[in-house]
Amino acid sequence: MPNEKKQCEHYAKLCAVLEKNENYQKFKAYADRILALGNDSLEKTIAIAVALCLVCAVLVSFAAVALKPLQINNKELDMKQNILDVAGLLEPGSDIDAAFAEKIEAKIVDLETGDYVESINAGDYDQRKAAKDPAQSIAIPKDKDIAHIRIKAKYAKVFLVKEAGAIKSIILPVNGYGLWSTLYGFLSLDPDGQTVQSINFYDQAETPGLGGEVVNPNWRALWKGKKVYAETDQPSMDKGLIAEADMGEPALSLIKGVVDNSKPGSQYQVDGLAGATLTSTGVTNLIRYWTSKEGFAPYLSKVRTVKRGVS
Amino acid sequence: MSAVLNSETKKVLVEPLVSNNPITLQVLGICSALAVTSQMTTSLIMALALTLVTAFSSAAISAIRNHIPSSIRIIVQMTIIASLVIVVDQILKAFAYDVSKQLSVFVGLIITNCIVMGRAEGYAMKNPPLESFMDGIGNGLGYSLILVIVAFFRETLGSGKLLGIEVFKLTKDGGWYDPNGLMLLPPSAFFIIGLIIWGVRQWKPEQSEKVEFKIMSIAHGEGGHH
Repeated sequence: MPNEKKQCEHYAKLCAVLEKNENYQKFKAYADRILALGNDSLEKTIAIAVALCLVCAVLVSFAAVALKPLQINNKELDMKQNILDVAGLLEPGSDIDAAFAEKIEAKIVDLETGDYVESINAGDYDQRKAAKDPAQSIAIPKDKDIAHIRIKAKYAKVFLVKEAGAIKSIILPVNGYGLWSTLYGFLSLDPDGQTVQSINFYDQAETPGLGGEVVNPNWRALWKGKKVYAETDQPSMDKGLIAEADMGEPALSLIKGVVDNSKPGSQYQVDGLAGATLTSTGVTNLIRYWTSKEGFAPYLSKVRTVKRGVS
Repeated sequence: MSAVLNSETKKVLVEPLVSNNPITLQVLGICSALAVTSQMTTSLIMALALTLVTAFSSAAISAIRNHIPSSIRIIVQMTIIASLVIVVDQILKAFAYDVSKQLSVFVGLIITNCIVMGRAEGYAMKNPPLESFMDGIGNGLGYSLILVIVAFFRETLGSGKLLGIEVFKLTKDGGWYDPNGLMLLPPSAFFIIGLIIWGVRQWKPEQSEKVEFKIMSIAHGEGGHH
């Protein structure tokens, strides 16, 4: 009985092989016939087109699927590197993943209320993707859209650098239109939500050497210590007449030429980019937009309140 | 046989460098030569990508050249070229992410680069795969040569750097060199390529095109004083 069964199995295998071979022969005969046809026959034209498409489709999809994990990894690593860079924590040669996991905490913020949203996993949330999804985004009214971005995500992903439990820097994602492209970047602020630590544009296509100088480290260094909001006069704040949370309007801007640091108001000014007036205007607009009530002003004011409450 | 092959291979490999350069003689592939040459790094990667695509697409097209129906000839070539370009783009995104970010759309635009199509239609359709492959490499190198020369001038004069390393200290960083902003804009590549073409044609006068028509000199007596 077992022997018979074995034989049966054997036959089945043999049949399968034979059938395969038969199919192969059929295919080969068909291919030979097609290849022997004149190049201008309709049948050959269609057969060649189909075969070529199949081969190319397999090639392209194989490359896309096989390399996808590497590409996603690259993108994430690049983003982490940018965030570490704007936080001033990037050390050449160090392990970016480890440094990021250790020092940086991602948080989701409701732009309207300025509260943290705990129901969304910050690790998986992609603000740029959310801005494109009608369900997760808000159209910006034309008169308020100074950064020319038309749509913003309801929830923003901010990053906090904490040291010994206290916030050391707040990193805000910003974007806005320059001359050729939408600039995407991070603005890092002191815990007072007012003093700039650094700025970093990680995605832009402005003219290299002119507007593209937004990535120049020398220019970026000029941002350090600048103030975002117009300060109400210091004496009345000292007396406690005005709360720190009631900061004034966004005031930071790029000016033409070089900032004279001795002049009053220079704390709100950064050198414009030479030969790139439109990019400079774009940067001013996007900073003003994202620090306004439309952007992160509600959130920053809450951060200040919490900080005061604790201390 | 092998000697014949060698001389043909050598010819297709060396000729496109100067005497049959795709940019200076055939004036093909100008578009990307203007776009990516403001920096040496991007130019080199672009040159490498284009050379590989031209070589492999020419070889692939040549391998099936006897079976390509003439009515869909161009589309077949385009499909092969486009597939290879997508593969190159994916590879760059996976292994050279920074460069792929800088090149952005230009890698995709290799598909429309006239050199690739030109070699496919002009050479690979009539010649065996190995020679076509070499022809692709040769033309890619010819393109690369011009790209590197243009990028050299644009990057050094435009931003005082070469391969991102400072060669001239800029005035804004406290140095002496005031960069030429025009060099960073695409039109400057037009001037440089124009000068190169002029230089090459002075050196090899047989490359100059024949004048198609001449302005006739007006016979004396009709025009009055000169």
